[in-house]
Amino acid sequence: MQLKTPFSQRFLPYLIVLPALLLTIGILYPFLLAIYYSLTDYSLLSPIRHFVGFKNYLGLFQSARFWESLGLTVLYAAMVLCIEVPLGLGLALLLQHEIKGIRFFRFLFIVPMMMPPVVAALMWKIIMAENGILNALLGLVGLVKVAWLANTYALLSVVLIDVWIYTPFCAILLLAGLQSLPREPFESSQVDGASAWFNFRRLVLPMLKPFLLLAVLFRSIDSLKMFDIVYATTKGAHSTMLIQLNAYFESFRWYNMGGALSHMLVLWVIVYVTSRFLVRWWSRAMKEATGKRTNES
Amino acid sequence: MKGHFMHAFDIQLKRNAWITLGLIAYTVFALFPIVWIVMMSFKGHLDIVSPTPKILFKPTLENYRAIFTNVSNPLYETSRADFLLYFKNSCIVTVSAVMLSLLVGIPAAYALARFRFRGKEDIAFTFLSFRFAPEIAVIIPIYILYQKLHLYNTHAGLILVYQLITLPLVVWIIRGYFEDLSLEIEQAARLDGYTWWGVFTKVAIPLVKPGLASTGILAFIFAWNNFIFGLILGAKETFPTTVGTLGFISYESVLWGQMAAATVITILPPLLLSVFIQRYLVRGLTMGAVRG
Repeated sequence: MQLKTPFSQRFLPYLIVLPALLLTIGILYPFLLAIYYSLTDYSLLSPIRHFVGFKNYLGLFQSARFWESLGLTVLYAAMVLCIEVPLGLGLALLLQHEIKGIRFFRFLFIVPMMMPPVVAALMWKIIMAENGILNALLGLVGLVKVAWLANTYALLSVVLIDVWIYTPFCAILLLAGLQSLPREPFESSQVDGASAWFNFRRLVLPMLKPFLLLAVLFRSIDSLKMFDIVYATTKGAHSTMLIQLNAYFESFRWYNMGGALSHMLVLWVIVYVTSRFLVRWWSRAMKEATGKRTNES
Repeated sequence: MKGHFMHAFDIQLKRNAWITLGLIAYTVFALFPIVWIVMMSFKGHLDIVSPTPKILFKPTLENYRAIFTNVSNPLYETSRADFLLYFKNSCIVTVSAVMLSLLVGIPAAYALARFRFRGKEDIAFTFLSFRFAPEIAVIIPIYILYQKLHLYNTHAGLILVYQLITLPLVVWIIRGYFEDLSLEIEQAARLDGYTWWGVFTKVAIPLVKPGLASTGILAFIFAWNNFIFGLILGAKETFPTTVGTLGFISYESVLWGQMAAATVITILPPLLLSVFIQRYLVRGLTMGAVRG
């Protein structure tokens, strides 16, 4: 009995995690393969593959297509963040008021993000068609038709669809943040006669920091690896070839697996560094926020 | 004094009116595309292709009939999508993937919440890192592997790869629910002679049941909404509805009406389910980072 206890105590947790861990390893193995394949000239067209070292990566860094898609991806993520987080905050500020019917609004707002993004994009593609309802509405107010998903407008239209799907995410996340704020600072600032703007800048924004960082974290990661919306609308045409799409076509249209994987590992590093950085920033902000709160009480 | 009070009351009323107006404006933006597509799904072919979009039309169930019976109308159809099969595929793969994740994920979440052991945080972070991994990077090697293992274009293969979506969700969110339980109840049960398994199944699990249910639903929604895994690792026989809905676009034509009907059917399950998990949504969407 005494011998059994330390053994089971030491190995039990591993045993419980094991099934999940095995699945994990099953998925980690392809990751290691991905690194290896990115160092080869693996192609689905030829049965033999050669180890080529960093040739794919060198080719990548000299390829204008790669830099263009990387630049577009970063631009896309930046646009998405700059619109969705402030807009989400604005909506959260509206949604926090306990007015009549607010619960109904809170539900309606989340509808776009609960449906498959690819299907949401398809809906917008129908709406944005040349003879679609959007152009008809423009015509009603006397404006000219817009080729929404072509040329200069394509990237902006894709961003618009992204905004439609994911702004509610920022809104309900920041709403949860607003609802968790302590009351006392606001009561004392009301006694001091502070303006609403002062309250917002000096009280709401700093205390909301952990939530804002979470919104930035999830939206930046997911927009850096955006695929669905663009695939359903433009398939990368008209300067919307984001990096995951580029890698998709590289591998499943041109069968250049090695080259495609070198794209993806660069993206993976970017995503990993971004998430690591933001997670650390977030946990520091969390500690500050909760620390302050306990000091006050 | 009374005048002053009325004045404040007026301001309050005015403010609420502006807030409501803002909320309605965004709701119109959020719901307009959905309403339009639902309308479209009930339109006949001529109403759909009319050069000026029609608000008033004679509703028909033609599109729904077409996608569920696979009977093509020879007047205008050139391609056919096996939507019913895709819908069945989505159900099989999504439900099984969530079941598997709950089966292996709940004990793992409990261990990560309650036991102290070496490498614990690393293991937890490994699960989380799937949430952040770019899909294509994992799909290409899995695609090559699946070809060799004959898992390509099978339900089993898709169920396995869907673990990338559902398992991190289950492990991280449910871990949070277990951590929120007070330790004392579990310790009391241990003193009463329960083994860890007894505590886990008879004390801990019943206490976090609502959390488990909502996490399962959320995992279902995420898996259902996925597109890229089915697109690359499946084929005609195993495509989920998300891929199937795109199939109404062919080189010759686009079957707008049927595509709209397929869209409505595809978004229905996640939308209906999201009614039940509103309270748990933020927690789930942030992988348990926001609790409350």
